Amino acid sequence: MGLAGFEVEVEREGTQGLETEEMTLNMGPQHPSTHGVLRFVVKADGEVMRQAIPDIGYLHRSIEKISEKVGYHGFMPYTDRVDYVAAMFCNQGWGMACEKLANIEVPKRGEYCRVIASELNRIASHLLSVGTMILDIGATTPFFHAIREREKINDLLEELCGARLTYNYMRIGGVAWDLPPGFVERSIDFLDNFELAAREFEDLITYNKIYVERLIDVCPISAEKAINYNLTGPNLRASGVSYDVRRDDPYSIYRELDFQVPVGKGELGTVGDCFDRYIVRIREMNESVKILRQCFAQIPPGPVIAKVPRKFKPPAGDVFIRVESARGDMGWYVVSDGSEFPYRVKIRTGSFAAMSIIDAISSGIMLADLVAVIASLDIVAPEVDR
Amino acid sequence: METAAIHQRLSQSFGSGIGESRLEVKDPWIFVEPPLIADVARFVHDDPDLAFDSLSNLSALDYKAENHIQLVYHLFSYRHRHWLILKVNADRDNPVVPSVESIWKAANWHEREAYDLLGVSFTGHPDLRRILLPEDWIGHPLRKDYVEPVEYHGISTRRESLLR
Amino acid sequence: MQQYLDSLIAGGYFAGLPTEVVYLLGMLAVGAVVVFVFILNVAGATTFVERRVWARIHNRVGPNRVGPQGILQWLVDGVKLVMKEDIVPADADPWLFRLAPYIVIMGFVAAFAAIPFGSRLVAADMNLGLLYILTVTSLVVVGILVAGWASNNKWSLIGGIRAAAQIVSYEIPAGLSIMPVVLLTGSLNMNEIIRYQGWMPQDWLLFANPFTFVAFFTFFTAALAEGNRTPFDLPEAESELVAGFVTEYSGVRYLIFFMVEWGNLYIIGALATTLFLGGWHIPPITDNVVLQTILEFVVFFAKSYFWVLVAMWIRATLPRVRVDQLMSICWKYLVPITFANVLLVALWMLLVTPGGFVSRAVAYAMTLLGTVLVLYFFRRVLFHLRRARVRERNQLVLSPLS
Repeated sequence: MGLAGFEVEVEREGTQGLETEEMTLNMGPQHPSTHGVLRFVVKADGEVMRQAIPDIGYLHRSIEKISEKVGYHGFMPYTDRVDYVAAMFCNQGWGMACEKLANIEVPKRGEYCRVIASELNRIASHLLSVGTMILDIGATTPFFHAIREREKINDLLEELCGARLTYNYMRIGGVAWDLPPGFVERSIDFLDNFELAAREFEDLITYNKIYVERLIDVCPISAEKAINYNLTGPNLRASGVSYDVRRDDPYSIYRELDFQVPVGKGELGTVGDCFDRYIVRIREMNESVKILRQCFAQIPPGPVIAKVPRKFKPPAGDVFIRVESARGDMGWYVVSDGSEFPYRVKIRTGSFAAMSIIDAISSGIMLADLVAVIASLDIVAPEVDR
Repeated sequence: METAAIHQRLSQSFGSGIGESRLEVKDPWIFVEPPLIADVARFVHDDPDLAFDSLSNLSALDYKAENHIQLVYHLFSYRHRHWLILKVNADRDNPVVPSVESIWKAANWHEREAYDLLGVSFTGHPDLRRILLPEDWIGHPLRKDYVEPVEYHGISTRRESLLR
Repeated sequence: MQQYLDSLIAGGYFAGLPTEVVYLLGMLAVGAVVVFVFILNVAGATTFVERRVWARIHNRVGPNRVGPQGILQWLVDGVKLVMKEDIVPADADPWLFRLAPYIVIMGFVAAFAAIPFGSRLVAADMNLGLLYILTVTSLVVVGILVAGWASNNKWSLIGGIRAAAQIVSYEIPAGLSIMPVVLLTGSLNMNEIIRYQGWMPQDWLLFANPFTFVAFFTFFTAALAEGNRTPFDLPEAESELVAGFVTEYSGVRYLIFFMVEWGNLYIIGALATTLFLGGWHIPPITDNVVLQTILEFVVFFAKSYFWVLVAMWIRATLPRVRVDQLMSICWKYLVPITFANVLLVALWMLLVTPGGFVSRAVAYAMTLLGTVLVLYFFRRVLFHLRRARVRERNQLVLSPLS
């Protein structure tokens, strides 16, 4: 694909009589640390970067166009692939958009199942994101600990819906299957163990001097900049803006749940640096544990899915709903023309904005910091390209 | 602030540039004439009572039957926690709309995506080129009359066994 | 060694050959034995040991299929790498690319000539042994730079340059940390340094005075940095530069680079043992020369290998430091500390008579401090073990799928 479209002239700058050449490097689509197929054209002056221009589109699967061909029900498995690390949120987003279009109300137990599945998935997604971030910084052990916990969540979700990554658990109107017998006890066991494991993380790596030195004061993003670039979710909260769709614009049963929203305070560096983004995710995992415990205590009996016709034809109109996904709030804009195929689906993901901000914040940092920044912004390629 | 009140404010400032509003639907919106969208955006961003500091979504969709391409702007204000939806109908044969990138940097990539997938040109955009598809791709896939090319750089796009 | 060869010549075994040639042949024979029987096997086995140690620290198993408990894994890996296709990138410099691994392994193997495995087991008992080892291991830098440059790959170049900057910078704290030892013992000869120490911990140079205690830790840190080990393994930072300066290397050349890296760990361990931990000293239990030599060898090997395991442990635990932080650690922290150390040791030597009451008292005090630290460490280990055992018991009732 070459470097077409990028300026590749070799610039000779004269700095105090010394002529230096700017190197153009390609951090190409295959790379151990770009979290999927992302590509950066990096202009570096030795070790210090001038600019990192992202080049996306390597994982573009035209999911939005596919929705116009497969219909409302048929699109549910495709939504998993929009962000396969946190697939439950995508399912929930699509389900909620269709329900809002057609005025369907999901039964209470269905909502609880949705929230349980989503919060378990949030913990799993944050574990993966934090684990790979630590691996990119160089420590190998906490990554394995994170993956070990994630395996337990995958086992639980496998019991629930049969799949470990692309769940396809939710349907328009609720969820596909009820919680299997014994699921609640096993999940509570897992949560007890997870709290110990999370504390182990804190001991092992979170306040490790080398790790902290790698992350503090690296690319702090101010709140105004974050809002201007439409950064959402943990990235926005790390910059000091206390906004969480679950609390401030509640959907599903989040009104009945009691949880805190961790916000970055720059406790070890500046507000909005990489360390804040990391610590917000760690704290969010603990909050998800609280939410899950409440859900398991409060879940009512009843049906888990509302009656939705097989040929689902919502009235014409458009809706925009947001789900607080692990990577930011995922906006679903669905336009219906009254037929059984959607007219247009637009998915606005958190990683799309996070990827676009990298060009603006990446001058003056070192190459090693670029890896830390990409990892701390929690970018996954399928969300960026859809 | 409710959309009705915002509609009144905007009509006062921009007069005929603001079209009708649909207020009875679930997500009420306001139509804006294409040449004015950048000014309206600047207004709603700077006005202290409106303070729409974030562009939550910028979608483009192709209304082939009505011969226009519609751009939908979902605006959100973190300060006042209210929403606004603006819709712009651009002519389908030559969709040109002023860019709002200078107001919300989030629009940079969203407008590039609209250009890439639907062919909408944004005046004033610093770097309008394809973002998801390769630079030498022909056509705009999300248009309703898009036909896939038979091959790309010698690679066939047809799956022969599935052709009926 | 020399006397042995002289006795052989006198016995008429090498009639007709000048003595220099006999000496040369003797040295070559010893060198071959050391290299092929010892070094390559140790380096290769270390790769396997590292993988198992890492795996246990990560709470997983590691390679355990090939041979009983997987101990043949490294042999099989070596054979696989030897059988790989010989790829030289089209635009790479053909001669330099092929030359780089050989420079690196020269620097590595030559260092073993001066390492004292026992009181009579030194290949070359030079009066400048320590200086020789330090200089010869610096050849590795040249090899890495050449590898990075000749690969014709910008990422390899960056890796090579980082490595060169790092190794050259950390030579200084390493050398300065060795100065206290040299000052105290008054010699650069490895065997003499060991003979200055004894077999009991309070006779070791590590506990001789607080300055050598500090010098040991600075030496170990600087040596880890020289060996490109985490937390200083930027030149081969997997997540940033794919594989750094060895990206374009495959097959035997790759094998050589990695053997050198793990073998270097052994050299670091050997240096640490010689200079600070009493070397091959054993308690006086036997008079049999052969038994003594074997015991000395075992003790030396065990002590050095312990530090290899510690280096692996550090690698599994700590993240990587960034280049500018690495340089600032070296120049802003290690160099002043080691300088101060040298001055203080010189002051110590002026004020305190060696073998007198004050030096013995301080040695005992430092040994006590060392023992207390080790015991405290074991207490922490027990605490974590107990906590882990509780968790494991709880986890057994978990998923029916496990």
